[in-house]
Parts: sequence; structure tokens; C-alpha cells
Amino acid sequence: MEAIIYNFFNIEVLLRARYLLWLGLQVTLKLAFLSLLLAILAGLLLAVLRHLNNPVLNVLIIIYVDLFRALPTIVLFMLVYFTWPYFGISLPRYWSAVVALMINGAAYFEEIFRAGIESIDRGQTEAARALGLNFTQTMFSVILPQAVKVVLPPATSNSLELIKTTVLASVIALPELMRQAQQAHGSLASPTPLIAAALIYLVLLWPLVRLTSYLEKTYGK
Amino acid sequence: MNLHDLFYYFFNYKFFILTLPDLLKGLVVTIEIAALSLILGFLWGLVLAVIRVMIKRPENPLVVRLINIPIAIYVDVLRAIPPLVTLVVIYYALPFVNITIPRFWAAVLTFVLILSAFAEEIFRATIEAIDFGQIEAARSLGISYIQSMISVVIPQAFRIALPPLTSRLIAITKDVSMASVIGVADLLKKARAAQSLYANPTPLFSAALLFTLLFLPLVRLSMRLEKKLAE
Amino acid sequence: MGNDNLVEIRDLHKYFKKLEVLKGINMNVRRKDVVCLLGPSGAGKSTLLRCINRLEEPTSGKIFIDGDEITAHGIDLNLMRSEVGMVFQHFNLFPHLTALGNCTLALMKVKKLDKTQARDLGMEMLNQVGLANKAESKPRQLSGGQQQRVAIARALAMDPKLMLFDEPTSALDPELIGEVLDTMISLAEKGMTMIVVTHEMGFARKAASRLCMLDHGVILEDSTPEQIFTAPSHPRTKEFLSKIL
Repeated sequence: MEAIIYNFFNIEVLLRARYLLWLGLQVTLKLAFLSLLLAILAGLLLAVLRHLNNPVLNVLIIIYVDLFRALPTIVLFMLVYFTWPYFGISLPRYWSAVVALMINGAAYFEEIFRAGIESIDRGQTEAARALGLNFTQTMFSVILPQAVKVVLPPATSNSLELIKTTVLASVIALPELMRQAQQAHGSLASPTPLIAAALIYLVLLWPLVRLTSYLEKTYGK
Repeated sequence: MNLHDLFYYFFNYKFFILTLPDLLKGLVVTIEIAALSLILGFLWGLVLAVIRVMIKRPENPLVVRLINIPIAIYVDVLRAIPPLVTLVVIYYALPFVNITIPRFWAAVLTFVLILSAFAEEIFRATIEAIDFGQIEAARSLGISYIQSMISVVIPQAFRIALPPLTSRLIAITKDVSMASVIGVADLLKKARAAQSLYANPTPLFSAALLFTLLFLPLVRLSMRLEKKLAE
Repeated sequence: MGNDNLVEIRDLHKYFKKLEVLKGINMNVRRKDVVCLLGPSGAGKSTLLRCINRLEEPTSGKIFIDGDEITAHGIDLNLMRSEVGMVFQHFNLFPHLTALGNCTLALMKVKKLDKTQARDLGMEMLNQVGLANKAESKPRQLSGGQQQRVAIARALAMDPKLMLFDEPTSALDPELIGEVLDTMISLAEKGMTMIVVTHEMGFARKAASRLCMLDHGVILEDSTPEQIFTAPSHPRTKEFLSKIL
């Protein structure tokens, strides 16, 4: 028992590591917030475009969505960071991470929004068009407001996943929370920073886990 | 970047052939970890769900029902903490309290635990959704609670649980590449090693290609499954 | 281009993949006409109606509304539709908006009225259908008959030249049909040009100025209700009427 406390919950180590962990947390939060926002917007855009039913556009979107849901995100991170420079696009670590998370996230959000939009009865679109509303007006005043209820549980669940995925940025050496914890672990020879990072993630994400369960129960199938 | 460069760097046939055997070895390791994790995680999650449902029955004494709490904590913690963090904690932190697990099994353990948490939630929700009148009917015929669970509830739960479960299974399988971070010689690790060695990103692209080929059919399959079972 | 004709349909054909659903429809609707489209299911009545506001795209042929060819390339579809009202079998009210909200949405977005103007106009319309007291109710709080009357108010609020009704009472419980038909009858008496797809023969007899009998994508007969009910000329018309009367 004492061994556990000494190793995992060592106050002294924690105090010495706290600045590093704080920096890491900030990076994680910024990354999570920005990537999530971009992924949701991109996914929404793709889903709305798909609703236009243009065959060429649809094929492109389907290829995109299938590809980036199949490719493991960690591989995507590496592709963006290590191979894009060969194309002349040298993104700093932070932006590589944002791009990777956005590309991956948008694919999942597109599917979520698409399911939501398609769940709305066709009659709604017909009634709106019969009144003279154009495509954009129909989408934003009639279809999407109704789709929100359907979309909320899977969108929350997916947002949770995306935030968890920010951790992968550590493999391209972005100084987010876990990377900083690993650095502290290395220099202080104690796993306490790792445990601390795990607990911080827990505190951050557990409310979202509960929220997701609640939403799935209330609005679920 | 012209076409020649493109082929030299990304689709370099020479490097592709050179690195392929190594990459395939890595792929095998990836699949091994995935298969073990999926099967064990699935089963363990199912067991946990059944235990939890049985414990929560109101006719049980309070002490028994309190056992629900540690399980609930287990499930929530493993679903909240990012997999990579869990992996790193298991592989790097546990040795400090004299629990040293070889990397391959550390990876398997991590994904079994995580999958079991997700699977437990999914199974529990479906089991609870199934009409308990069915269990009563079975029991009135003299069948024990456990037996009625096994022959009546669980088969039905399977069908309902399968779509959300499949997407989670695929997600976990993709996460398995994280094992490369703790040094497991899986596909991704081999690809990165080869890229460093030859200063050429072709192996990484080959790996990406292999991953895509592996997962694309699974993604499509799960979509079809979801659609079919939604009817 | 007869000014007397609000709607002119010339040689309208409609194919769904290989199936020809409308086989050369020719029809004129004068102002203030109340035309009922009758016929067995699959005859193409709904399709014909929906071609008029181009919710279905005609495969060939021309349709004119108030002298403008609406099947021409490059016409402003949204503008055209804002002048043609449509009432659907399943109401299609917007569930996330109140009854008043349903009426004012298009007024603000399409006719660009401001909020106050839209509300006033919307309330007036709800008043006309007798549902002013339900203005703040959501569709799910209303009975089927009430929902359909709100749908009529919603369409009327746009001040259309023409009203299209696609089996407006088919989805209603019997005791609720009357209130909707009464609303439609008073609308007809006020001089609205209406084209109605319906099975309600009582309405057809009472309010229609013309009946059009359709079968298999072709107009079999087109004349007054008295004529068709007492002395139908086409054998299939006789057959159809005998089945439903």
C-alpha cells in the first residue's frame, strides 16, 4: 500500500511536476476545443452538401468519409506531420494535430449529421419548398432544427471520442498533457505525473461520459 | 513536387517490396492483439453486464447491491480515460509497484479492459431493455434465473446490441496501433522504423494502405449491419 | 394565352423511370374554378397536382400559371411556389414551431415581411380557419383536423393565386373530416381557385365547379359535377362511381 502511495501519489513529485502538467493541460484544452469546433463545422457542411444529391459530389464525400473512418487516427497524425512536408506543406506540430483531428472528426460527424437529416420526414422538405423557401432556408429553418434532437446523443458521444483522441498528438511530440506527463515521469523517475495526468483526464471527461449515457437513454433508439 | 518525385517518395516500388515482408510481420502482430482483445474484451464485458444486472435486482440485500458501485466506477473510468493514457499507465507505471507486464500483453490487457467497459454498458442497456416478463415466464416453468438469462435474454440481447457494439469493436481495433507507442512491433512501428531507416515515407504510406484495406470492408460491413438490424 | 385561364396544362407527360404515369394531360383551369380530380389509385392524380408546383418534375409538356410558363428554363421556382399554395395529406406542419410560427415562417423568409407584419397576417389567417386561440400551440397538441386547418392557414397566408389540395382529408379520423371540408368550402365561396384531389364525393358535389376523372394517366372526362354524377359518358367513370357511391 505504501508503495502505491509513494510511487503513484507522491506529493513531492507532483509539486515539482505541476507546472509541466499545467502547460500540457492548456495545450490539450486548446487543441480539443479548436479541433472539435472545426470537425463539427466541416462535418455539418459535408452533410448539407450531401443533401444536395449531386452525384459527383456525393461520390467524393463518400470516398472521403469511408477513407477517414477506416484509417486509424494515429496513422493519420503521422501522415500529416511526417509526409506533408514532402509536398511542401510543413505544418508545425500543433496545426498538424488540428488538421488530423479535423479530417478524422469531420468524417464521423458527417455520418452523424447525415443520419439526422435523413431521419426528418420528406414531407417537411416538400411543405417548405411548396411555400417557396429555397434550399438554404429549408435546411436551416426547418430540417436542421428538427435534426438537433436526433443528432445530440451521437454527437456528444463523438465529441467525447475526439477529445480523447487529442492524446495521440503526443506521438508527434506535441507537448499536450500526456506528453508533458511522460517528460516529467522521465526526469523525475516517478510514475506520479502519469497517474496525475490520468486523473486530470478523468475529471475532464467523466462528466461527458455521464452526459452521453443520459442522452442516449433519453433520446436513444 | 513533380510526378517523378511523387513516385520516388510515396509509391516507391523498390522500397515497397523491400519493406513489405517486415510490414506484414507487423500486421500479423496487430491482428493478434486485436483478435485477443476483441474476444476477451467482449466476453468479459458480457460477464460484467450480466453480473451487474443480477446484482441490481431490488430483492437483493443492500450489501450485494453495493457491489454495483465498484463496477460502475470501473466502467466509467475506463470509458473516460483516453486509451493511450491507460496503455502508458499499465506499461510504465505498474512496474513501480512490481507489476511488470511484457509489452504485447500490456497492450492486450489495456484493450481488453477498455472494450469490456464499453461492452458492459451496451449489453447492460439491452438486457435491461428486454422485457423481464420473459424471465418470469421462464422461471415459472422452473428454469433457474441464470439459465433463463442464458437461454432467453442473452440471445435476444445479442441482436439488439450488435450494431453499437460493432462500431465500438472497429474503433478499438483501430486503436490497437497505439501499441507501437510502447514499442510493440506492430504494423505502425515497423513502418516508422523503416521510414527512419530509409528516409523515405513509402513504408508509412504502405502501412496506411494496408490499414485502409483492412478496415474499409469492416466499416462498410458494420454500416450494412446497422441498417439491416434497424428494421 | 387566355386571361381567363389561371392554369393551362399542355400535353403533360411524366415518366417514373420506365413507367409512364401521365400520358399527355391537357387541362385548363379558369379563375375561381374549383376542380376535383377523381379516379382510382395509381391514376396519376397526385402526380398531376404536384407537377403544377413542380414538386414533381414533368418529363415533357408545358404548364402555364397566370400566363407565365412555369416549365420554362430558369424561372424562379421559389417565387412561383410562393404564389401557389399546397395542402398535404399528412399536413406536414413544422413540429418545432407553433401554429402561428408555421404561418409566419415563409412570410418572413420568402415575402420578407418583418416580425410584426408576419404575426398580424398569420393571426388573421388562423382566425379565418377558426383557430386563433391555438396560435401558440405546437402541432402535437392539436387534433388532426386542427392541424390540417393550420396547414390551410399556412398556405393561405402567402396570398396564393391558386390552392392545391392533395387528399386533404384522407389521413383524418371521420369525425374530423367535416371541419376541414367546411373550411375548404368557405374558401371556395370566397372565390379561391382550387384544384383538389379527393375521395370525398359530398364535397365534390357541393363545392366543385368541375370534376375531372383520371385513369391510368389520362383524363377520361372533364365536366360539371351534375353531368358526371347523373350521366357519365365513359364506362370506366361509371364503374369508378358505382364503386364509391
